[in-house]
Amino acid sequence: MSPTLSRRTLLAGLLASPFVLNACSKGEEYVPDPEKLQIYSSQHQNVTEAWAKAFTEATGIETQVRAGKDSSMGHQIVQEGDASPADVFLTENSPAMTVVERAGLLAPVDEATIGQVREGMAPSSGLWTAIAARSTVLIYNPSKITEAELPQSMMDLADPAWDGRWGCAPGGADFQAIVAGMLADRGEAETTAWLEGLERGATVYQNNIATMKAVNAGEVPVGIMYHYYWYRDQAGDKAGSGNTQLHYFGNQDPGAFVSLSAGGVLAGSDKAEQAQQFLAFVTGPEGQEILATSKSMEYAVGVDVESDPALPPLDGLDAPPVDPFTLNSDQVTDLMTDAGIL
Amino acid sequence: MPASSRSASGLGSAPAVVTLAAAVALLTLLPILVVLGQAAAGGVAEARDYLLRPRIAELLAHTGWLMLLTVPLATVLGVGAAWLVERTDLPLASTWRTLMLAPLAVPAFVSSYAWISWQPGLVGLGGAVLVTTLSYFPFVFLPVAALLRTLDAGEEEVARSLGVGPVGTFARTVLPRLRPAISGGALLVALHLLAEYGVLEMMRYQTFTTAILQQYAVGFSDVRGSLLASVLLVLCLVVLTLEVAARGRARVSRLGSGAGARALPQPLGRWTVPSLLGLALVVALAVVVPVTMVLRWLLAGTSQSGAAGLPADLLWVTLSTLGLALGGGLLAVLLGLPGAVLLDRSRSWLATALERTTFVASALPGVVVALALVTLSVRWAPALYQTVPLILLAYAILFLPRAMVALRSGLAAAPPELSEAARALGAGGFGVLGRVVLPLAAPSVLAGFVLVALAISTELTATLLLAPTGTQTLALAFWGASDELDYAAAAPYAAVMIALSVPLTVMLRRQIVTAGAEAPTRGDAAADDPAARHTRDVLELVER
Repeated sequence: MSPTLSRRTLLAGLLASPFVLNACSKGEEYVPDPEKLQIYSSQHQNVTEAWAKAFTEATGIETQVRAGKDSSMGHQIVQEGDASPADVFLTENSPAMTVVERAGLLAPVDEATIGQVREGMAPSSGLWTAIAARSTVLIYNPSKITEAELPQSMMDLADPAWDGRWGCAPGGADFQAIVAGMLADRGEAETTAWLEGLERGATVYQNNIATMKAVNAGEVPVGIMYHYYWYRDQAGDKAGSGNTQLHYFGNQDPGAFVSLSAGGVLAGSDKAEQAQQFLAFVTGPEGQEILATSKSMEYAVGVDVESDPALPPLDGLDAPPVDPFTLNSDQVTDLMTDAGIL
Repeated sequence: MPASSRSASGLGSAPAVVTLAAAVALLTLLPILVVLGQAAAGGVAEARDYLLRPRIAELLAHTGWLMLLTVPLATVLGVGAAWLVERTDLPLASTWRTLMLAPLAVPAFVSSYAWISWQPGLVGLGGAVLVTTLSYFPFVFLPVAALLRTLDAGEEEVARSLGVGPVGTFARTVLPRLRPAISGGALLVALHLLAEYGVLEMMRYQTFTTAILQQYAVGFSDVRGSLLASVLLVLCLVVLTLEVAARGRARVSRLGSGAGARALPQPLGRWTVPSLLGLALVVALAVVVPVTMVLRWLLAGTSQSGAAGLPADLLWVTLSTLGLALGGGLLAVLLGLPGAVLLDRSRSWLATALERTTFVASALPGVVVALALVTLSVRWAPALYQTVPLILLAYAILFLPRAMVALRSGLAAAPPELSEAARALGAGGFGVLGRVVLPLAAPSVLAGFVLVALAISTELTATLLLAPTGTQTLALAFWGASDELDYAAAAPYAAVMIALSVPLTVMLRRQIVTAGAEAPTRGDAAADDPAARHTRDVLELVER
């Protein structure tokens, strides 16, 4: 390599890289545009974007979406505090919203908006509303276990008889919401005992999909997860769920817990009115129809809005009656830490 | 040349250079300060309650077992392969040299994806040890092979002439002199193991790094995450200290630059076939399996629709990855420049402090740097959180030590006499830098820039925490798909990452081949002999 050549290459490389960089990152990086409604969302990205787009078409109000994950985004808003650019926060599971709620950062949701969702789908505090819902299910592999051998209650899985025979993904916000439901329903002592059983006997997977595929492959006979991963896979090529069935605990069992995806308006928002409008749109007939037909296979929560026909009706799931306001993810994290899971 | 005349050349002691170098050094220490500060913020009681529990003991045990198994295995594999390639009559040695470096072209988390998609039962410690050993042994092979090429064969000939067998000769004359290369390579393996996330998460084998990522998902940048990160930092520093001790102070090369004897290749005889089979097995496990599996999944995803089966965003993701990689590489080189100039041109206490700082910074795991920058930006500069400048800063801090090595060897090619001449002709300090020093240093600097950029293009852990919202990189897109066990969707990104990393292998191979051929351009006041210095440079180039 002659020095002249390499010098030129160096120069060209050094000079070109910032331009390449600019070209590649323009429009991707999150820089809040004060003119636009800021939506912080840990809800499924395609659903959030469909809502935002339809909302802008309906109202002319421009939006900007910042995507994240449940817990980390909730804590991020808390750390950003009053300075947070967020106007609206949408979650996958409500405990991420209660983190923000407990920090006193939410404004009350318009009563008319709460009136658009089904009974029991908003917390007693009135500070946020459900925008979608998902149900806990037991997935099982009929070639490894018969229906008659399935546990009667999710609580049974803590029994030593189940050690090594069930899987779950306790590291994720999805599962932590289920534990929060158990905690609210059954109290600390029972939840602690159950988590100890989990630590001792459950095979831990990275996420719901890994749990589903492990049961499908026969690695463990049963697993705890949310319903929609299974229905999505069934609607596709069934590669990850073809060998499996779902079992609904019902009977107001902690294993029948229905987790609410939450929507709230930030108290520090300078676009409070538009933010309320957005939540009203999301929970209204049009927004809920977008959700129901999005193939996300989540439950719609709007009054009189049907979810995807493949799903068993939400009202028939016989979920445990839990005020979602009482779901405490911080306490769940502590209990799971004490149990040695986190 | 006396050291005094060097600092008299001006640039090294220019206040601007000193200030900038000190500022950059502080910047590299910033993650340590932030993480320790955040961990301390919770108070002693919280730290004690959180850290003194069975779960932490379990994480320590996991980390310990992984190191206890992988470090020796990778060392034996690396040293054995290097000896076969450089010191025996192994057929096609030059080809094997390339093949032994080829695993570096397959990011470890891609390798674990390949293995687990082929053998789903391969989880836990066994799978983690298999994949990390196969991915990391080149870190030992590279410096050992480079040193073996330069090592004077005189001692071996003396030993043989006194009747010591070939194995005994190797053990008694060569091995001791390989100590710095072996301990340096083992250090790299150990640091990589401490920082590894992708492989271990996929293998469902929890260590501190995976636990930090999990704690981040649960509690964002809370005290507990920083407590875990502090333990990880301590482990890294312990490993670093052990390596300094293991390297030893004994001189490993001849004094003066007499004519060194090239070693005569050791005839393998009836060991030729087993040696070839052994090396072939290593290549099969470390390279053929991952590449075959990536291609298989690539074909599975594209068999029906051809190129249309490739993800629509593949080109876009590749470009934005390259953009970040080039930007990060450029920033690392720019930030490394003042320090490199200072180290090259002056031997003050500040220069020594800077050198040590860089050494410590080279042990920083990506997750610690990222966690610190998240904490810092969300608290004090929310406008910076999840922006391109912040992630570039993270990359620059992570890879600064590597950029420094390249810059220093580049600056060594520009002797101070030239700078002095330029000054005598009336050029100012920065004029000298821009018109005399940098052009001469260009090839090395460019190599360093490319090495850093390539490393960034497959960086996963820090990117997971700091990627600007909406920005997709190859590593992130791959991780997103493989995390859902969607192997076919992950394959195209894996294939591009492998393709991008091939030049890395080629560049590093040159490091071995040119070993020894590269005479130092001038005596170094620090009095390192060329072989040891070269070993160190090679080691630092492959860092992370």
